[in-house]
Amino acid sequence: MSTTDRFVPDRLQSPLEQRLKSWETLLLLVAIGIFVANSFASPYFLNAWNLSDATFNFTEKAMIAFAMALLIISGEIDLSVASIIALASTAMGAAVQMGVGMPGLVLIGLGVGLLCGAFNGLLVTRMGLPSIVVTIGTMSLFRGISFIVLGDQAFRGYPQSFSWFGQGYVWWVISFEFVLFAIIALIYAILLHKTNFGRAVYAIGNNATGAMFSGIRVQRVKFTLFLLTGLMSGVAAICLTARLGSTRPSIATGWELEIVTMVVLGGVSILGGSGTIIGVVIAAFVMGLVTFGLGLLNVPGIVMSIVIGALLIGVIALPRLWSMWRAR
Amino acid sequence: MLEQTDNTILRDAASDDVAVLALDRITKTFPGVKALSEVSLQLYPGKVTALIGENGAGKSTVVKTMTGIYQPDGGAILVGGKVTKFPVPQAASDHGVTAIHQETVLFDELSVAENIFLGHAPRGAFGLIDLKKMAERAREILNGIGANIDPEHKLKDLGIANKHLVAVARALSIDARVVIMDEPTAALSHKEIEELYELVETLKAQGKAILFISHKFDEIFRIADNYTVFRDGQLIGDGAIADVSEPDLVKMMVGRDVSQIFPTRDSSPGDTILRVEGYSHPTEFEDIGFFLRKGEILGFYGLVGAGRSELMQALFGITRPSGGTVEIDGAPVQIKSPADAVDSGIVYVPEDRGKQGAILDLPIFQNVTLPSLGRISSKGFLKLAEEFKLAREYTERLDLRAASLDTHVGNLSGGNQQKVVIAKWLATKPKVIILDEPTKGVDIGSKAAVHEFMAELAAQGLAVIMVSSEIPEVLGMSDRVIVMREGRMVAELANGDLQPETLVRHAAGI
Amino acid sequence: MLKRILTSRETLLVGAIILLLALISSRFPGFVAPSNLANVFNDTSPLILLAIGQMIVILTKCIDLSVAANLALTGMVVSMVNVAAPGLPIVVILMIAIGLGTILGMINGILVWKLAIPPIVVTLGTMTIFRGIIFVISDGKWVNSHEMSPAFKAFPRAEFLGLPVLGWIAIFAVIIFTIVMTRTTLGRAFHAAGGNPHAATYAGINVGKTQFCAFTISGALAGLTGYLWVSRFAVSYVDIAGGFELDVVAACVIGGVSIMGGIGTVTGALLGALFLGIIKNALPVVDISPFWQLAISGGAIIIAVALNAQANREKGRIILKRAEHAT
Repeated sequence: MSTTDRFVPDRLQSPLEQRLKSWETLLLLVAIGIFVANSFASPYFLNAWNLSDATFNFTEKAMIAFAMALLIISGEIDLSVASIIALASTAMGAAVQMGVGMPGLVLIGLGVGLLCGAFNGLLVTRMGLPSIVVTIGTMSLFRGISFIVLGDQAFRGYPQSFSWFGQGYVWWVISFEFVLFAIIALIYAILLHKTNFGRAVYAIGNNATGAMFSGIRVQRVKFTLFLLTGLMSGVAAICLTARLGSTRPSIATGWELEIVTMVVLGGVSILGGSGTIIGVVIAAFVMGLVTFGLGLLNVPGIVMSIVIGALLIGVIALPRLWSMWRAR
Repeated sequence: MLEQTDNTILRDAASDDVAVLALDRITKTFPGVKALSEVSLQLYPGKVTALIGENGAGKSTVVKTMTGIYQPDGGAILVGGKVTKFPVPQAASDHGVTAIHQETVLFDELSVAENIFLGHAPRGAFGLIDLKKMAERAREILNGIGANIDPEHKLKDLGIANKHLVAVARALSIDARVVIMDEPTAALSHKEIEELYELVETLKAQGKAILFISHKFDEIFRIADNYTVFRDGQLIGDGAIADVSEPDLVKMMVGRDVSQIFPTRDSSPGDTILRVEGYSHPTEFEDIGFFLRKGEILGFYGLVGAGRSELMQALFGITRPSGGTVEIDGAPVQIKSPADAVDSGIVYVPEDRGKQGAILDLPIFQNVTLPSLGRISSKGFLKLAEEFKLAREYTERLDLRAASLDTHVGNLSGGNQQKVVIAKWLATKPKVIILDEPTKGVDIGSKAAVHEFMAELAAQGLAVIMVSSEIPEVLGMSDRVIVMREGRMVAELANGDLQPETLVRHAAGI
Repeated sequence: MLKRILTSRETLLVGAIILLLALISSRFPGFVAPSNLANVFNDTSPLILLAIGQMIVILTKCIDLSVAANLALTGMVVSMVNVAAPGLPIVVILMIAIGLGTILGMINGILVWKLAIPPIVVTLGTMTIFRGIIFVISDGKWVNSHEMSPAFKAFPRAEFLGLPVLGWIAIFAVIIFTIVMTRTTLGRAFHAAGGNPHAATYAGINVGKTQFCAFTISGALAGLTGYLWVSRFAVSYVDIAGGFELDVVAACVIGGVSIMGGIGTVTGALLGALFLGIIKNALPVVDISPFWQLAISGGAIIIAVALNAQANREKGRIILKRAEHAT
């Protein structure tokens, strides 16, 4: 940057400076802290295979969390994601019973995800309904359809080639899911931070009316975001179904909350308008490490939910308490 | 008597009354801003005091201090000469101080009676609200101010003028001794304003002290007894209206002599660029037809609510017209969204800058480039260097003052925010720019800059539509003026030696 | 006036419920027998109680997703208290349940009021925390019927005029909260704080404190329901009433409560809950698998919110005289 005598500089702080003071940096320190604490707490923690196993705790949820992050930044929310997983998984299970092969299953999983996303998107953008209510409704509706189809039964018998999506390894301890997680993270980071589309998402989240008055096609962008969230739920459904090898209607119950927690923990404002993908990536690792670490210490899963719930409130409450305390 | 530079309290020499409410050297500081600096103000029973000041002079801060919403950092509030504190809004209303705010701050979903008595409803058995008594008393109060409103209707079913009357009734219901009216005529029609003046007279006759906040000098001279002028959070002067002239007040308000001078323009319009015919909307406007030439400024005058902004928003694709045609450069265009409008070369600078014009929480450069993202990217990927270049080019053209281009727009003054919005649109290289009340909320100093810039745009061949309710602005800037009334075009006038009275006559239909 | 009553949401909903009952009874007349209707009402009572609390919370522009977890935690605590001290009178049990529920509600309220954390985040968090605490205090074990004292189990089932106490409690709650919402300052404050928070501040209403009160009421009702739930079903474990918070929100939405705040009535919440309750109870009667219930309530939410949106669509300014007369 040349030092001309320009009256109005581009920036006052360099992007690097801003980044160092950011939420993401703090979160990264937390993640490192948890990593170190875990490695002292359990002798089994620093084992390549154990760590690799631990990634399954968050990869599928994180894939959806990236799309959810964009949706929340734009000022909307989708609580039906876990139910989309259930419906997509049920559809794939039904297809297996009809003898559909691996490529067909993948297409069905993605297709159902897209359809569900389109349904949410149409209700929100065409009819102008609040997304939180719409997706509480479709949350019941989508999973309800799975219950109607399956009742208390389960679909099994997924082909070996399909199982690879949930159980396969690309190289040594690096699983296919982890690679997919990394690729999707990269794609969403570019989409949000480096494209016109991402800029429109931020503008809409800050002031949807202002964005529309600036010539942004607000409803089209929002519809696309619901499509993307549905699509990612389809991807997650493929991975999860392949990993479990069976489909029950209760599959992925409660994931929507963990995914929203991941997004908020990652520094995305629940009120819309701000947040980054790298934040969500780090939040995914933090949640994965906490779950894995407590698991090694034989702490049951439901107790971890206390930690997750406290994290969700704590990450927002602590900075506010801090600034209130300082204002005295 | 005019310039009170030392902030001493000027006593109302003509009156021996004790002020029913007085502020004594009140100071209020917000992070980074001293909103009020030792200001004093006295309100006397049966007198209307006009509070005058530019935007940002501290008028609304004073109202919020007087109604217990803000706590002063220094100074005292005196009620009937006794030092009093208003720790919560309820305390202010307990002392008979009530405010009728600029936007009617009432509750759409509650009934008229509930709106009037919210917080102090008459109680019956077991301390429960007595609904019947509440409706009766509401009816009494409404009748007392000549308002024919059913107290059991929901507020949302009422028109804006009636909502205002409900707000006044609410003020009366707490047996107010001090009534603060914050720009009460801003959203009212000519007739409604006259009715409001009568109401003020009624309140005066009842011995209430009234603080009347207004921008409009004609109404200040019409109804006020005393005046108080603020500038930049300081008391500049006060006294009796009878002892002061309009130029004196203006001078106190802005701190210098301002004769509104408009840029001289050499108007030689070029080819017709925009032609609108038979343009109608189901509820907002009907059969609008006009043309606009390159280099021309076309003024739209009318009373508030005449349908001017609604017409412009339809042209910009916010709402859908029910019929009619729009031609740009002789070719018909279909505008279904603002994005279509921008593509066709029509851009719109809205009146509501904070909600519609700018995105306050985004930096300046992102606001400027928002409609032009296609030009600073390739295949959808943003090029940051080009983005800054584009933002720099247009903000420099408008002489924007800011700490840096990544300053949030919300941190800028009204005038500079307006520059960001205009820069945003110029960057799209438009053919027609529509400015809706372009100097509203812009301090007098920056108004001239906006006017000059409009003249420059026209000189460069841009076609300009200016919606304005300020007659001097309409007369000073426009080549032609279209007057609208109740959703229709009632006059199209060439601006040779157009007289203000002509505009008012057409707009009011007299 | 009459026209407004006829077109109100409550009237439409009553119509829909009557139609629903008529449809069911045309095939299965036994469903509308008074004893069965009393049974359906009793079965729907927990939903009614929670929907009233949720309605008040939503009225203030908030949402409480922690109600079912609050219910489960309170239920577990009173069950364990009962096991430890079987002789404790029911009045004390009720006080513990309402008291604990109130405290849990106040925690939500404080976080929303004093720290200004978005309600959805607060209650998502407390929802998982409350469930986790149940596991910790119970060690994941169930409290079964045979461990509970007879008096503990008998209270909600005791019949009076053909309706169990549980149903009567719901009726009392409806009456009391109708009075609170229409005839007290606090009730109007709930409407005002959600309908126009800005104006509410000017009218001397502390919006945050009002929201705190709403969460407190919601928590108290959830706590009360917690005891009634575990005693009626005579079992308590971590997952009771799992996902019930969504039924509660659904009842409110169907009852015409606007998620944007400011619009909603106790009657609406009652009718919304009854609508869902009737469907749930009718499914086995008309021989549809209970697995349909989830999808039906989902569909009902979507239809209801679409209807609400149609009714509350903002009308543009009417400027033309012609148009004014036409409407």
